[in-house]
Amino acid sequence: MIKSDKKNSETVINIDNLNKKFGTLEVLKDVSLQLFKGENLVVLGKSGTGKSVLIKCIVRLLDSNSGKINVLGEEVNSLKKHQIHELRKKIGFLFQGGALYDSMTVRQNLEFPLRRIRADLSEKEIDDKVKEVLENVGLPDAINKIPSELSGGMRKRISLARTIIVDPSIMLYDEPTTGLDPITSHEISMLINEIQKKYKTSSIIITHDIECVRTVANRIVMLKEGLIYKEGNLHDFENSSDELIHSFFKNQNSKTTKNI
Amino acid sequence: MEKTVPIKTLKEYARNKTIDLSDQTIQKKNKLTVFFNNVADVVIFIVDIIKNTFRRGFEFKEFLKQCFLTGNKSLALISITGIVIGLVLTIQSRPILIKFGAVTMLPGMVAVSLIREMGPVITALICAGKIGSSIGAELGSMRVTEQIDAMEVSSTNPIKFLVVPRVLATTLMIPLLILYADALGILGSWIGANIKGDVSFVLFIAQAFGKVEFIDYIPAIIKSFFFGAVIGLVGCYKGFNAGRGTESVGIAANSSVVMASLLVIIVDLIAVQITDML
Ligand SMILES: Nc1ncnc2c1ncn2[C@@H]1O[C@H](COP(=O)(O)OP(=O)(O)OP(=O)(O)O)[C@@H](O)[C@H]1O
Ligand SMILES: [Mg+2]
Repeated sequence: MIKSDKKNSETVINIDNLNKKFGTLEVLKDVSLQLFKGENLVVLGKSGTGKSVLIKCIVRLLDSNSGKINVLGEEVNSLKKHQIHELRKKIGFLFQGGALYDSMTVRQNLEFPLRRIRADLSEKEIDDKVKEVLENVGLPDAINKIPSELSGGMRKRISLARTIIVDPSIMLYDEPTTGLDPITSHEISMLINEIQKKYKTSSIIITHDIECVRTVANRIVMLKEGLIYKEGNLHDFENSSDELIHSFFKNQNSKTTKNI
Repeated sequence: MEKTVPIKTLKEYARNKTIDLSDQTIQKKNKLTVFFNNVADVVIFIVDIIKNTFRRGFEFKEFLKQCFLTGNKSLALISITGIVIGLVLTIQSRPILIKFGAVTMLPGMVAVSLIREMGPVITALICAGKIGSSIGAELGSMRVTEQIDAMEVSSTNPIKFLVVPRVLATTLMIPLLILYADALGILGSWIGANIKGDVSFVLFIAQAFGKVEFIDYIPAIIKSFFFGAVIGLVGCYKGFNAGRGTESVGIAANSSVVMASLLVIIVDLIAVQITDML
């Protein structure tokens, strides 16, 4: 296995031999993975390989069957409920389906995590923050809409706004650009980079969008059949002769590499 | 072949359960285990609700909102039902009472059967359909679209934010709806009595409540609270534990109604037995 050149830097997430089963279905067999401070780690893999399950195990929305998950120095599986709540305050989680609260307006959706995680903020600060993140995702006019009035892409962007609003130190993005037009996709990818720079956020980005991978990836891992299939940087992946990897990257191979 | 890890304590079970509701290992066990697992689930759910009701940071706004919705949603339906029950009871029993020369007993008889039995049970059954299904569908769709998970990662306990306000709201509002239905039932009965006869409203009320002490109505009031609690609990439980995929929303809504209606009748049966012993 290819070791990262960042071997010596501080890890914020450290996963050891993670195993997750649903009944007889063994989704994650033996996954070991590190996320280093300040990096963007892209996770690739075919549909159904357990990418979403992996990041849900990290925030313990799902309990793993065996293995260790260490997040910011805390052993996730041995934490008590209130300790998990504390830990989750530092983690932003973008759901694949958006998971916007149907019964609330966009403003209420955005205020929800803010009021609950950052209790110190004044009304004015909350309002400013809401407007700021809406500006960031390019939807300042949506503030009083309800989710059912928004298009799929708009919902995705609002839920991204809801995730970044609390300035988490770790971000877990589950397919942030899927279903968006190329221009918005690019903007979102740039936003991910911006967040990384501005707040020194460490992120795991699950995506199938190779343009997004090219823009954001510092390091890439590919999952296959519950195991880490390959780990490396963008260069390694683009020049790989492996058929599976090639099939992910072939479509847009004409583009020049924008290694960041 | 597939053996699941034996679960030693209820607490341990709860820990695994609240975090991984969708774990299908349970399906591999035999029916009896499944049954006891379900019972354990329900017990844990209720204990969790009780704990969260008294934990600090009660979601008062949500509670008020749910109270309003619960009351408002079924008001029209219950108004109509209340009047019709009173009317029908009166029209049906009046000829018989006249035959026995006991027509002055009509208001009292209607009041007793209405307040003690018909009002609470019929209102509760309607609420089981109307409110139970809407809670089941709402929470079910929140589960399926990961909104409940999103609350969890926003450090919000969904039991506290979603379930406690709803259960408390139904526990409080359904008894009020029942009292309202009783009142309209008596009004309906008076209208019924006036179709063929002629009795003033004041006299009617005096005859209705003349023979019966307030104490006689207390069991009915107490059981109303249980009806309310059962409807809220069932809706929340079914919605909260909905499976994956959109069809689970329908299943949650449907099974909420079935289960809540059944439990309303069972609670009523138990209440009657207890009242009878007193
Ligand atoms: N809560 C659950 N209960 C049972 N099975 C589950 C659950 N969550 C996921 N699975 C199963 O685990 C497998 C991996 O799912 P997962 O959602 O992680 O895939 P994914 O890699 O994110 O795919 P995609 O790219 O399509 O999002 C699937 O077979 C899915 O059916
Ligand atoms: Mg996924």
